[in-house]
Amino acid sequence: MTRNTVISVKDLVKRFGSFTANDNLNFEVYEGEIFGFLGANGAGKTTAIRILSGLSRPTSGKATVAGFDAGTQPEKIKKNIGYMCQKFSLYEDLTVRENIILYGVIYGMKLPALKQRIRQLLEKLKFEEYENRIISDLPLGLRQKLAFTIAVLHEPRIVFLDEPTGGVDPITRRQFWEMIYETAAMNITVFVTTHYMDEAEYCDRVSIMSEGKIVALDTPAELKRQYNAESVEEVFVKIARPPTPSRPAVGTGSKGGLKPEPDTTGKI
Amino acid sequence: MKRFLGFVKKEFLHIFRDYRTLIIIFGIPAAQILIFGFVVRTDIKDAGVAVLDLSHDEITQRLTNKIFSSGFFVNDGNLLNYNDIDVTFKKGNTKAIFVFEENFGSNLYRKGRASMSIIADGSEPNVATLITNYTTAIVNDFNRELNKDAVNSVLLIQPEVKMFYNPELKSHFMFVPGVITLILILICALMTSVTITREKEFGTMEVLLVSPLKPLQIILGKVTPYFLLSFINITLILILSWIVFGLPIKGSVVLLLFESMLYILMSLSLGILISTISKTMQQAIFISFLGLMLPTIILSGFIFPIENMPKVYEIVSKIIPPSYFITIIKGIMIKGTGITFVWKETLVILFMTLLFIGLSVRKFKIRLQ
Repeated sequence: MTRNTVISVKDLVKRFGSFTANDNLNFEVYEGEIFGFLGANGAGKTTAIRILSGLSRPTSGKATVAGFDAGTQPEKIKKNIGYMCQKFSLYEDLTVRENIILYGVIYGMKLPALKQRIRQLLEKLKFEEYENRIISDLPLGLRQKLAFTIAVLHEPRIVFLDEPTGGVDPITRRQFWEMIYETAAMNITVFVTTHYMDEAEYCDRVSIMSEGKIVALDTPAELKRQYNAESVEEVFVKIARPPTPSRPAVGTGSKGGLKPEPDTTGKI
Repeated sequence: MKRFLGFVKKEFLHIFRDYRTLIIIFGIPAAQILIFGFVVRTDIKDAGVAVLDLSHDEITQRLTNKIFSSGFFVNDGNLLNYNDIDVTFKKGNTKAIFVFEENFGSNLYRKGRASMSIIADGSEPNVATLITNYTTAIVNDFNRELNKDAVNSVLLIQPEVKMFYNPELKSHFMFVPGVITLILILICALMTSVTITREKEFGTMEVLLVSPLKPLQIILGKVTPYFLLSFINITLILILSWIVFGLPIKGSVVLLLFESMLYILMSLSLGILISTISKTMQQAIFISFLGLMLPTIILSGFIFPIENMPKVYEIVSKIIPPSYFITIIKGIMIKGTGITFVWKETLVILFMTLLFIGLSVRKFKIRLQ
């Protein structure tokens, strides 16, 4: 590939005490690519995303995001990325418009430009009637779309989506992925984690993590060929061996019974 | 700066959109001031009093009749000796007992003076004070009547007031400083800890942390609205208590507001600290109520005098910040003291503020590493 690299990770290690969450990660992500970041719960995905988005520093190794070092220039990284997390991330008691303005202002957009942008976005999403409704009145699918729109509002170079489609109906998921494609077409890199393996098929390339290591990284087609599998789900089950044998099938989107990832998110 | 202001604006939107928050911030203080004030201002009517008449002469009879015909008291029985006093009080109905000494009448005419005791139940300080004041006035009035009849000598009945159970009647007029102390720590610590944990619970905190907003800006943005509202609040409480009860501020208003600001800052940093150790809003509310509300009410000297407490509680009351602020605010409002008398307490609160901020920053850094 001759595309520009926007994320480059080299020998990245992250330890919490004696626990190694990320064990020597090496990979690159290219501009405008949809990069699927898969792994069972507890495999270390969230830790890696937190480092790449400037929330956490690597113990050793190097991660460069949008040209900035995750260890020393997290503030610069933050200006160049968008982020949408698995938990719902809009303010439920604010209106659609207020939410958009808030994030626009936080990302340093100027008000006149922002107002024009809001008009475009609402039109595109067919959201005009919701402009002054508070978020808690909106159905989950719409909220999720809005959250994504806000994550790319400031046209970042990379957008991180941490399980963006959890609990969303199939039709909305479909529409959501159309939005992801549109975003990638605007040359914004999409870095996405998911538990839905059918979604993994939509990615340009997929990496699979297991117990802190990246155990596979390639296009979905190539992975299926290598592992002689019908689907990415089959590949996933073959290589991402869970720590306990009695776990329910991974990849159905169900989280029941799975060991939770060490909760390092959202704490301040 | 624009980012920060945008964020502060959002925080105000949260507050004004949620009427419950507004009720807590402005409704509760007003209600508390009025309720406490109403209790203090209650006129006594038909208060149960008993008489221990050791003299049984014409004068004591006249005085007793005068007291009961005033309309403030109802006769709750006649006692036979001193031993009955405690028993009578413990039954609960009797708020005060009037004791006439032996040979009351003859003492009055021969020696020119006789003494009576007004023994009030100090466990209800406000009622006790009112009763003693009313009775003293009635007795003085009776003195004047007597002296009109007497030609030469001055006759004098000396009422002697005794308070049972709480001799110093500490809690008089304490309620305004107490309510201010309580309200400020409640609003600041409770509200900040809840509003910060709410962002954690809804997942918005993560999004904020990933944004170009610096962590310090996020915290300041969350805290600024509450700082402003608390400041408006204390001003309103002071104006309200001045208009309704005529409670003056004897000391410097500027000093009072300055000390309040410091106390608000302390409470806010305490709220931030609580938010760093609690994961959910419920936890934050629980810690704030159990850890702050109760000690403030019980151990800060707001209602119960610290001097009367067992040693252990006295030590606890030394640890909680409201006790210091109550000393400061009482001093300034009621006694009119200046900074020279409250600088030690001020330093303690300042030190606590820095301590709480330091602890929060440390916890915060560990989480972010």
